[in-house]
Amino acid sequence: MPEFRKPHALTDVPFHYCPGCTHGIVHRLVAEVIDEMGIEGDTIGICPVGCSVMAYDYFNCDMIEAAHGRAPAVATGVKRGNPDKFVFTYQGDGDLAAIGTAETVHAATRGENITVIFINNTTYGMTGGQMAPTTLPGQVTQTTPYGRNPEVEGYPVRVCEMLATLSGVALAERVTVTDPANIRKAKAAIRKGFEFQKNKQGFSIIEVLSTCPTNWGMSPVEALSWLKENMVPYYPLGVFKEGAVR
Amino acid sequence: MERNLMKGNEALAEAAIRAGCKCFFGYPITPQTEISAYMAKRMPKVGGVFLQAESEVAAINMVYGCASSGVRCMTSSSSPGISLKSEGVSYMAGSDLPCVIVNVMRGGPGLGGIQPSQSDYWQATRALGHGDFQILVFAPSTVQEMADYMEKAFDLADKYRMPAMILADGLLGQMMEPVTFRSDEIRHPDPADKPWATNGHGNKRKHNIVNSLYLQAEELEELVVQRFKRYEIVKSELHEAECYRTEDADIVVAAYGSVARLAKSAVDSARDAGIKAGLVRPITLWPFPEQEVKAACKNAKRVLCVEMSMGQMIEDVKLALDCRLPVDFYGRTGGVIPKPSAILEQIKILNEKGAE
Repeated sequence: MPEFRKPHALTDVPFHYCPGCTHGIVHRLVAEVIDEMGIEGDTIGICPVGCSVMAYDYFNCDMIEAAHGRAPAVATGVKRGNPDKFVFTYQGDGDLAAIGTAETVHAATRGENITVIFINNTTYGMTGGQMAPTTLPGQVTQTTPYGRNPEVEGYPVRVCEMLATLSGVALAERVTVTDPANIRKAKAAIRKGFEFQKNKQGFSIIEVLSTCPTNWGMSPVEALSWLKENMVPYYPLGVFKEGAVR
Repeated sequence: MERNLMKGNEALAEAAIRAGCKCFFGYPITPQTEISAYMAKRMPKVGGVFLQAESEVAAINMVYGCASSGVRCMTSSSSPGISLKSEGVSYMAGSDLPCVIVNVMRGGPGLGGIQPSQSDYWQATRALGHGDFQILVFAPSTVQEMADYMEKAFDLADKYRMPAMILADGLLGQMMEPVTFRSDEIRHPDPADKPWATNGHGNKRKHNIVNSLYLQAEELEELVVQRFKRYEIVKSELHEAECYRTEDADIVVAAYGSVARLAKSAVDSARDAGIKAGLVRPITLWPFPEQEVKAACKNAKRVLCVEMSMGQMIEDVKLALDCRLPVDFYGRTGGVIPKPSAILEQIKILNEKGAE
């Protein structure tokens, strides 16, 4: 029987995340992949602004804290200066798909050899639950108290589908971590992203449908059900692009 | 040493490469275009990186990432583009990262114009982003100095772990003059000099973190206070100015960058007309060369500050003189270049007024 241990790529600092938040699971998956590939000493991670802002305290590899939305640009700078190192960003939906849309799209279309872990939980968690670019139609948030009305606030962004159209993208895959089977699939996708980077095949993005029980006003279990019933239909799981670049 | 006839912008770019700048991240804007064009051509030939970013914001954040990993890197822009870079500059200052930023100034505010200007002095020396911080600011006045101070800027940015700016203008960027580079060959700074860099710990050290977030107020205060103690060291070590015919001068003209060249002609003409005029030209704008300015004005009756702005450096001149001398101002703005004859006219008027 293999022993269940904390991955080496995670530090001993306790996570600050709320009960039922799936950030912890995704952190662990990234760390397990780093361990399995034996690349901790050659990896530089870029944190976003948002709930995972302090991920620099949790990963044991070198870490950089980026300005809101700029992680793909920061990652580009690191990677261009150090093409043989592994570089990943860890970003939320507001960070990646609102304030950082330009950085995301252009890093993708340049085919930057980086791996982007994209946490989509339909909300700005850290600032207290405002509407995100991925908030679903009708979803109540602090800034859509009557529910997101597409006639006023527009429609949610499907990031993987959008990026899959770009030649520089090697992998665009959407996963979730609601149950063990999906967690295994999520880990396989993250591994794939790092492997694409290793083979210099271009930009990889793994979108992880995640929960925010605190700002959704739900228990952790209710949040998982809500994700499956509401997010998955709008954001279908699966691979949107995979393979050789260009 | 080989002499080359080059545009100011090209001299900046070549000097940066020789200083060991490995990566350039930029976005097109007039009048700094030749820097990008030169880098695009030369960087791939010397194993460096030229990357045209999707925006100024992205370019400075690429610099932030690259500098975090310990690699010498830079960006260049002109006034409106520098405003967009202010986010990244603040983050770099807050993370104690070295880099070089070039501002080839043009008229403002807003989209302004594309003719030479000096109206970003306050931005460079006071407020290039949010928060308590300073950056090094160098104001060359010849193509030779563009090259010299570019190399120096890289070395001092690394030494003090802070961003450095070359504050030039469209006139200096576009003019051609002979230039000799300090380094005959491309230098390769030792990465071991940056033990703080996030370039992969190689399982040999604890992980490094580059960050400017500190949620405990006292902790953040302490870091800022320590940074300002470092600024005091910078101030004591770095203050440069050129003094020209100031020894016995009644009227001292204070001007920097390309305007100082025009002021120098005016000073010579004034001397020919029997007026004891001189010029003090600050080269470091932050730290401001207070001692040099004070010394240059020790026998002066009046001081004339000449700028291509509505008067920005004049505040530092007055502070350096503790407001003990009358300091008058003459400037043109919006991209209009002051004529030496107009500066001479001002010198004559002040000479007639005499001491107060």
